[in-house]
Amino acid sequence: MVEDHLQGNAATGAASPQYKFEVRNLSFYYGAFNALKNINMVLHEKQVTALIGPSGCGKSTFLRCFNRMHDLYPGNRYVGDIILHPDNVNILSRNVDPIEVRMRISMVFQKPNPFPKSIYENVAYGLRVRGVRQRATLDHKVEEALRGAALWDEVKDRMNSLAFKLSGGQQQRLCIARALATDPEMLLFDEPTSALDPIATASIEELITDLKKKITILIVTHSMQQAARVSDYTAYMYLGELIEFGVTDTIFIKPKNKQTEDYITGRFG
Amino acid sequence: MRNTKDLQEIRLIIVRHKRLDFLFMVVGVIALMIAILMFIALFAYMLIDGMPRLSWDFFTSFPSRHPGSAGILSAWVGTTLVMLVTAAAAVPIGIGAGVYLEEYAPKNIITEIIEINITNLAGVPSIVYGLLALGIFVYQLGFGQSILSAGLALALLILPIVIVATREAIRSIPVAIREGAYALGASKWQTVSDHLLPYSAAGIMTGVIIGLARAIGETAPIITIGALTFIAFLPPSPIKAEFPFLSFEWLTAPFTVMPIQMFNWVSRPQEEFQLNAAAAGLILVVMTLAMNAFAIYVRYRMRKNIKW
Repeated sequence: MVEDHLQGNAATGAASPQYKFEVRNLSFYYGAFNALKNINMVLHEKQVTALIGPSGCGKSTFLRCFNRMHDLYPGNRYVGDIILHPDNVNILSRNVDPIEVRMRISMVFQKPNPFPKSIYENVAYGLRVRGVRQRATLDHKVEEALRGAALWDEVKDRMNSLAFKLSGGQQQRLCIARALATDPEMLLFDEPTSALDPIATASIEELITDLKKKITILIVTHSMQQAARVSDYTAYMYLGELIEFGVTDTIFIKPKNKQTEDYITGRFG
Repeated sequence: MRNTKDLQEIRLIIVRHKRLDFLFMVVGVIALMIAILMFIALFAYMLIDGMPRLSWDFFTSFPSRHPGSAGILSAWVGTTLVMLVTAAAAVPIGIGAGVYLEEYAPKNIITEIIEINITNLAGVPSIVYGLLALGIFVYQLGFGQSILSAGLALALLILPIVIVATREAIRSIPVAIREGAYALGASKWQTVSDHLLPYSAAGIMTGVIIGLARAIGETAPIITIGALTFIAFLPPSPIKAEFPFLSFEWLTAPFTVMPIQMFNWVSRPQEEFQLNAAAAGLILVVMTLAMNAFAIYVRYRMRKNIKW
């Protein structure tokens, strides 16, 4: 069933949609609790894929598999593969260092979480972790990332002031800039607008639409409207299972699955 | 609609409850006053007795048989040097242990036993640390009855305070901040050194200072390792004229500290020595209060830029 949808071209009409990721038989366990059950899907390159579903359905757990965040805590276990293309490498493999995965795949969190450092140092941190020392390179990359996150004009005159002084929406864009500075291959968004007001939310959504020209995006959202607005593909999850996956328009206009339809029309969830 | 009788009953109940409120407030204020007044009385007593003895000479004179010319030079120098050793030993070891327990140690039964033991260490009587130091530092390691032995003994004493303060400070950093660092590809050590330690520095510093403020007044462990009560000379200077300009001879020198000097004076029969003791006590209390004030200031300054 999922496979049918994979064949269909993206609504946006990309020339030849390529898979950036292939998720194969992915299950995930928090200790004995089976949080993800045998998930199979793909992420198309330079497209936005949204994960929707009621609270506790495992969508954040799924997202956090992509940068091996679960490795930080004991007792977590992955089963199955997430294949990263074009390298054809399983990023969940024990032989792949989670730090390497996190250096290639960046993440933006639910609540803006800037470090209590200057705006400049926040954006530069990912580069510093990679050992970049030259001031000119740092300056250039920081500016590029801030421009990419549509924040440059607002902060260019106060790069050394504390990140906490920014508004919530600006802080979240700063976190996006921080994630962009290292040229990641994918951006993960974990409900990035749940702590923001409608205006800040709109600017983040605009930014996401803009960013997909350059980068593959996976976004978890509790808002179906948001999924409909920003995503090209949507996956509906329930109780750790992938119920339906496909082109966003299809999922929202004529879902194949009754459960998906109930959730989307608001009869459930 | 309630009838008037009901309403009156409710009002009566409210009056009774308010009376209880008032009663408890009075009890609370009395309890607070007892605590504060005791300290004020103690401080005033030392102030009245000791104040007239305070002069420049008191700080720059060695102890003497003549109470009028006796001073605390060797005592405050000794206290300063011992505190230096204590801080130098307790800070790196305490922070290291705290960071390890919080960030690196696997969460298992052994770690848990170690954690419980560290908390218990804070409750061990200080004289027991003195005994331990006497056995290990003075005899086994041959440091003698020196500043080094005393400093290390006090370091052991405040180690649990530093470890607990470090852990609590690190634990108060939100999960989102650590995950934010890890998500950018930071290693464990990068996360600790770039984020966790800088953000918890205020809490750690506060713990260190409060620990030192406790150590500065400790007498029992220092008597146990055999600090002398009458020292009429200073330890060798740590700075030398010739290369390498630094000397660590002072570490092995015999010494005395403020509380021991006080203890010595209090045990003399002459009235005048009691005044010296009060003056020395006054200085010790002021030193402790100043350290605590500094801890509060550090906390305020360093936390100003951190909001969570």
